[in-house]
Amino acid sequence: MYRYDEFDHQFVRDRTNQFRNQADRRLKGELTEEEFRPLRLMNGLYLQLHAYMLRVAIPYGTLSSRQMRQLAFIADKWDKGYGHFTTRQNIQYNWIKLEDTADILDALAEVEMHAIQTSGNCIRNVTTDHWAGAAADEIADPRPVGELLRQWSSLHPEFSYLPRKFKIAVTGAPNDRAAVKVHDIGLRLHKNAEGAVGWEVIVGGGLGRTPMVGVTVRDFLPEHELIGYLEAIMRVYNLYGRRDNKYKARIKILVHELGAEKFKSEVEAEYARRPHASTEVEERELKRIAAYFAAPQLEKLPRWSAAFEEAKLKSPDFARWAKNNLGPHHADGYAIVNISLKPDGGIPGDATSDQMRVMADLAERYSFDELRVSHAQNIVLPHVKKDDLFAIWQALQGADLAAANYGLAGDIIACPGLDYCALATARSIPISQSISRKFANSARQDEIGKLKINISGCINACGHHHVGHIGILGLDKKGEEYYQITLGGSSAENASIGTILGPGFAGHEVADAIETILDTYLKLREPDEEFLAAYRRVGPKPFKEALYATA
Amino acid sequence: MTATEKGQLVTANRLRDGIAVFLTRSGQWSEVIDDAALALEPQAAAALELRAKDDEKATLVTGAYLIDAERREGRVRAAHIRERMRALGPTVRLDLGKQAEGKGAGFAAPEGV
Amino acid sequence: MPLLKNNTLISDTWIHAGVDGELPNAGDVIVPFVRLLKEWESLSQRDGKLGVELGNVDRAEALSMFLPRLSAVILPFPAFNDGRAYSIARQLREMGYRGELRATGNVLPDQLQLMLQVGFDTFDIGERFPLSTWQQASKQMSLAYQRGLFRRGSEAEIWTERHTDAEPWLEQPHAG
Repeated sequence: MYRYDEFDHQFVRDRTNQFRNQADRRLKGELTEEEFRPLRLMNGLYLQLHAYMLRVAIPYGTLSSRQMRQLAFIADKWDKGYGHFTTRQNIQYNWIKLEDTADILDALAEVEMHAIQTSGNCIRNVTTDHWAGAAADEIADPRPVGELLRQWSSLHPEFSYLPRKFKIAVTGAPNDRAAVKVHDIGLRLHKNAEGAVGWEVIVGGGLGRTPMVGVTVRDFLPEHELIGYLEAIMRVYNLYGRRDNKYKARIKILVHELGAEKFKSEVEAEYARRPHASTEVEERELKRIAAYFAAPQLEKLPRWSAAFEEAKLKSPDFARWAKNNLGPHHADGYAIVNISLKPDGGIPGDATSDQMRVMADLAERYSFDELRVSHAQNIVLPHVKKDDLFAIWQALQGADLAAANYGLAGDIIACPGLDYCALATARSIPISQSISRKFANSARQDEIGKLKINISGCINACGHHHVGHIGILGLDKKGEEYYQITLGGSSAENASIGTILGPGFAGHEVADAIETILDTYLKLREPDEEFLAAYRRVGPKPFKEALYATA
Repeated sequence: MTATEKGQLVTANRLRDGIAVFLTRSGQWSEVIDDAALALEPQAAAALELRAKDDEKATLVTGAYLIDAERREGRVRAAHIRERMRALGPTVRLDLGKQAEGKGAGFAAPEGV
Repeated sequence: MPLLKNNTLISDTWIHAGVDGELPNAGDVIVPFVRLLKEWESLSQRDGKLGVELGNVDRAEALSMFLPRLSAVILPFPAFNDGRAYSIARQLREMGYRGELRATGNVLPDQLQLMLQVGFDTFDIGERFPLSTWQQASKQMSLAYQRGLFRRGSEAEIWTERHTDAEPWLEQPHAG
């Protein structure tokens, strides 16, 4: 894992002091709310329905046990004993006071964390594959580039007042778990015919009001050119992105309005025009960073773990959890453990401080002190010996963390919605809970198989409903909540935007509607055909008929 | 039997801690929506709003605005679910927020949902 | 109106001309970009220094042929959160412009350091904040990660600092 050096420490200290000063000036009335808002947002502080909310960055989703324990400490000391893991690998606290915020930022800085640029019209927390460094299918760990981009984008003087927010995602694996095609910039590592590695640069993807899949502007960018090239993209966006209409201000609209080719030529012209200093320093910096992400000292183990196989035979519950919640590790005898933060009827992504400490302890004991936060709002233990899996599962059970629904119908992604969020138009969490309860039966979930249900409480789409196999969008109709259903979205390497099925539903009707959709799928699917594949084969028609015919 | 009075009240967030508050008849800010001054006429509503703008300048509160509400038997209920939520706390955590601190309103936020 | 330069207040000695109207025979004059285009020939032969006020929708490269003759470029911030002028400023500096680069409009202390870093050196600051607030705001961050920024005295460029010496980080044991 990356460790701060004296410069990184000084940087976050300066930043915290700067914010303390700004908050003081706001409380004294020297700054207006309008002037203060972007300053606090760029330090992660929102004003929500019930109080301030602090969004803390978990850069590229990686954290240590010590950091997780500090998150638990913050939840207990300054919040109400819990936190919410978000779809962008952040954690949010819902009950924060402005007057405490600088102290919280100090507490974060103590463990090499911050809340810098988790909001605001700037480059946001860089996200990546939550299995980075562990996945069997990976070409290279994308986190060194993630850290390089974190540093480069932190308080970038040219790009702190962009037309709108800007999100970058990075993947080092062919199976895209970072949704790079639906980010403002997506970076995908791949090998060319000669076996060299380079980066595909994808621009202009995004969700929100106008969902779009990004376009490739460079197919194979050498790594040492990354920073210079991204600066050119950012500059074109900063200069020509629309500022007259908030809903048309994202880079995807600029790419769309200019056309991909024209946009690309603007970027290339800017890139060519800029003075090209030697990139030697960047290359050395990337090498320095990469050393921190060296693979942990894994033992040489046989692929087969007798203890693991025996435990599965003894406990069907454990066997089911193991079947659903483990990912393939690149090393024999190891597995990736996905801890579902989606208990039946629970709040997606919420964890209590006690649960955080349990996960921190497990990571320390069994996973080289490392945890990951996934954009699906779950926690990952990346490097676990198969021999230890049963003990981990038992500990998770004791903490209500053993939901065996990873990647299934119960593993629902949901934004906080109107229960917490000032922008929301409808609630998300109660909808998620009602669906989760409906499919609580494990045999049924297993029968349905791989499924992504995503729920957003407004058009801003923090719940990524457009790329859910089943997407649910909460809207407001004359003060009443209602919900639109989309089918066929995906954020993976074959990304697609879902199609709206038909008229919306009242909140209490949604879970039944989802059940109808899934019953229809079970009837028409071919052997081993997953929901998304079946939908792509048959299209929306049978689902529409089943949902609306009886009405 | 008291009649239902319909009108507008002013709400804001307290600057130092962000808590949702409501402007009362005595010009104080209360966390309890039942304490809110309910303006039955547009002129009275405008006066409340003006008062709130002063308190924004004095950095007591931020983001003040008028909302539709009704008072019945001393209890105040906001017209929109979002505002009912602010007066209570999250519907998915009844153990948190005003509803858990004895500062909640006399209704349930998600009526009819 | 006072200007802030090198952390002190100075007075504006430039004459600000409109889109048309008579120009004084002598003295340093700042003209809008459209007038520069229209009257370039006479302006370039005038005595006194020449400056231009660019819009933040104008392209920096449109100034390239004029830059050698210009001693001041003014870039506007119509709102403090309209960040286009940051890019234009940096472009002008990258094109080799070394004259005065002035920020005008909604210029606030909390953005001052960013403006300095992209190459602004003069600021139209109005009278709302005392000089001490500006002075403090200009040095809140002692470090920056980005390379190629404008910086003063004590400000350090992290990546360059890290890699000036031989590579000491290679010795550190921090695997995993």
